[in-house]
Amino acid sequence: MRSSWIDGKKGIIITGAIVGIIAVCLVQFGNPLNMGLCIACFIRDIAGAVGLHRASPVQYIRPEIIGIVLGAFFMSIVRKEFVARGGSSPFIRFILGFFVMIGALMFLGCPLRMILRLGGGDINAIFGLIGFIIGIVAGIFFLKRGFSLKRNYKLSQLEGYLFPIIMLGLLILLILRPTFIYFSESGPGSMHAFLYISLLAGIVVGAFAQRTRLCLVGGIRDLFLFRDTYLILGFLSIFISVTVTNMFFGTYKLSLLGQPIAHVDGLWNCLGMILVGWGSALLGGCPLRQLILSGEGNIDSVMDFLGMLMGAAFSHNFALAASPSGPTINGKIAVVIGLVIVAIIAYCNTEEISFFRKGEIDGDKTN
Amino acid sequence: MVIKQIDTRGLSCPQPVIKTKKGMQENPEGVEVIVDNTTAKINIERFAKLSGYKVESRKNDAEYVIKVERQ
Repeated sequence: MRSSWIDGKKGIIITGAIVGIIAVCLVQFGNPLNMGLCIACFIRDIAGAVGLHRASPVQYIRPEIIGIVLGAFFMSIVRKEFVARGGSSPFIRFILGFFVMIGALMFLGCPLRMILRLGGGDINAIFGLIGFIIGIVAGIFFLKRGFSLKRNYKLSQLEGYLFPIIMLGLLILLILRPTFIYFSESGPGSMHAFLYISLLAGIVVGAFAQRTRLCLVGGIRDLFLFRDTYLILGFLSIFISVTVTNMFFGTYKLSLLGQPIAHVDGLWNCLGMILVGWGSALLGGCPLRQLILSGEGNIDSVMDFLGMLMGAAFSHNFALAASPSGPTINGKIAVVIGLVIVAIIAYCNTEEISFFRKGEIDGDKTN
Repeated sequence: MVIKQIDTRGLSCPQPVIKTKKGMQENPEGVEVIVDNTTAKINIERFAKLSGYKVESRKNDAEYVIKVERQ
């Protein structure tokens, strides 16, 4: 295979910079503050738009999501990497996706928005980052001991095309705006950039992220697990470019209080992101990466997407999602249940649980 | 000498690399890894090179066989 500049570290750094700049620019074009791009929030908005929940401030078909899937789809076709596959513990993936969303809506953001918040000066996101790292380390503990959701298998090509086709369907609904689709009139869901700008932004992000395999869970995971710095460079690059771009536009505000669409409960910001980090580490990638894989024909990632969609619907139907005024009691209970369920899934799918024979599997012998 | 083969087909990230790492610990001379997607291929190649091993990959239909050898 021909190698080019984008294959190396330069590629992932440039991709991170592009994602960061696009995210902050989308805020300038109308997206909510520190939420230029958020996979969890935007899936939640889509769930609201199609009436899966009726929280009126968060209903909009986000073209960024559509664009990311289509961008990844086109890029994987061009690169001959599109393969329909699935069958790797589909229902467990659905459940993990569900609780990743519950955790994300406790923190109020996916790992990508966590970086956007950090790069906007939101100190609360530091608690999220701590939780995210703890969650990934918990995931690594089981991965090192043989955690697996079993292998996937090739499926018919049609199965792989369905998800991108559904995204096209959503795009048509967004353009035609039929009355049965809900669109927020106030709140975050009403704040959005011009449709085609958002769509184009999504396509660019999707294409670059597919090409470089950008993954925000993978960055921290590979650094700890293999001392591999490739993906973490993307993570850092997003952070730096978001910070610089926010400073350029004068939207950088370093503070704990008064941050947009954020609450100040450090403990629950942390616990929410533990759930996101842990669940995502077991799934094999962050929500952004799952979206990219969904575009490449990976049906296991589509199951994860559906889990997140359902999780978002439950979050708003049963008052699990936090708000700027803080977490709800229902949300706290849901996060705790989520942590217990993720722990059970992790335990039951780990072949060589080595609580009683530590040291036998030493992951660092080659280093 | 028969080189140990590790089958990582169908596994999601980061299991192919973990399996390769484990295989290399048990067979320090080298291993052969079968992968079925480019992400795993690139990750394994990068890991093996970082560990100071020589890497040689050949395409076999939709799969790759990666030969990881001690230099």
